[in-house]
Amino acid sequence: MIGWMRQHRQAIAAALAKLAGQKSAGLASALVIGVALSLPAGGYALLESLRALARGLALDPQLSVFLHVEARRVDADALGARLKADSRVAQLRFVPKEAALNELKTAAGLADVIGALGRNPLPDAFVIRARDTRADALDALAADLRTLPAVAHVQVDAAWARRLAALTGVGRTALLLLAALLAFGLIAITFNTIRLQILTQRDEIEVSKLIGATDAFIGRPFFYLGLLQGLAGGAVAIAIVWGGIALLNAEVRALAESYGSEFRFAFLSPAHTLAVLLFSGLLGWLGAFMSVSKYLREIEPK
Amino acid sequence: MISFSGVSKRYPGGQEALQSVSFTIDAGALVFLTGHSGAGKSTLLKLIPGIERPTSGSVIVNGQNVGALKRSAIPVLRRNLGLVFQDQKLLYDRSVFDNVMLPLSFTGQPRREAARRARAALDKVGLLRRERSNPIQLSGGEQQRLAIARAVANRPAALVADEPTANLDADSAAEILDIFVAFNQVGVTLLIATHDDGLVERYGRRVLHLADGRLIGEGSAR
Repeated sequence: MIGWMRQHRQAIAAALAKLAGQKSAGLASALVIGVALSLPAGGYALLESLRALARGLALDPQLSVFLHVEARRVDADALGARLKADSRVAQLRFVPKEAALNELKTAAGLADVIGALGRNPLPDAFVIRARDTRADALDALAADLRTLPAVAHVQVDAAWARRLAALTGVGRTALLLLAALLAFGLIAITFNTIRLQILTQRDEIEVSKLIGATDAFIGRPFFYLGLLQGLAGGAVAIAIVWGGIALLNAEVRALAESYGSEFRFAFLSPAHTLAVLLFSGLLGWLGAFMSVSKYLREIEPK
Repeated sequence: MISFSGVSKRYPGGQEALQSVSFTIDAGALVFLTGHSGAGKSTLLKLIPGIERPTSGSVIVNGQNVGALKRSAIPVLRRNLGLVFQDQKLLYDRSVFDNVMLPLSFTGQPRREAARRARAALDKVGLLRRERSNPIQLSGGEQQRLAIARAVANRPAALVADEPTANLDADSAAEILDIFVAFNQVGVTLLIATHDDGLVERYGRRVLHLADGRLIGEGSAR
């Protein structure tokens, strides 16, 4: 057992020595792996943030009911009474056109433009919070409300959020495909770098076989080399994603604040970070395994 | 220790390298294998550590039938044999010391113990002071001594050497042979292939003579 652990320790030391020996080549393949992996990992991080945003919005069961611009206050009052009686309505808020105009003036700094209009272009509106928050119930309520007199337009605020959620679902599948393709690419990269390592160490391998090294002993440093290269690539990918999101958030902050939102892209969770590392390490190991099983056997002393 | 019975080896392409060769080397013996180049000496030696397998007949080493060994059992067989090659097969990307450490690293022993053994082996061949050198800096005779040190580092019961004195001047060749004799005196079995009849005569040991793949003479020189 102690001997076994010592052999693995020696194999890791040998792998590190190999890694140090190849210097720029090892660094280059770690970079290639990192850049390739950062695409699906970064895409996933962005998508997860959007999904969280869409989920939050889709839960908001809010409908906006806009009246015709020329509708009078009595029409609005009649509609209000009717809505209040509707059992599907949990909460009702009336936004008179004057209040909407004032809000627009102060919020968006359009006072001059609006002043030049002469008359209020905004309609009266009701904001409704529905009792049943399921998507089809909201749609049915909206359809009913559209048939009422004096109603010009009904907007289900959650609809675009639902569309966003559906869109992120498509994005997720696309990212999965991309990740699967790149995984094959990464295995191929490691396969090839390990193959080159094996060929440059042909003499050592041949002599080792001649004087009694087992295939397992000879292969072990290469497995660790593949694993380390994969892990290094994963670390590079995480660094790229981290830097990229930090950079994006600097811009997103300004944009989100203009919408009164706190939205920021979230970094990969610790579990996902670990998953990226393990995944890339595994791919590296797999590439090394394939390379070792193919090329180590071909080197036989004569 | 090493026993051939009716061993033939035919290479792909029909070339018959050995034809029904039989002999036995007892533990503790020192035996020379002579013959012109192309007589089959190298082929015979390659059958012992399982580098080649016999076409027919059986090669028994340490009680194991080498031709029937599984691939996975070959490394252990080789560790119990010290092999010295005509072209030494040294690694020039590392020091003299690290060359001797290579076979010791296979067995998973503590590094300190391995280093002790490596130095002991280098001491026996008189290269202890050169342990930090690169093999390329050594003379031909010293390189061959380094190859011997590597072969004996794991303290094998038998040593098999293929033309260890080829390309060496007479003095260096004699040094190498003296080292082999010293190992034999402490009980190591030796089989040494050479085409240098003068050398063989001087030591007066048992000789196996190969010609065209057949064992044609067995006896003791002198």
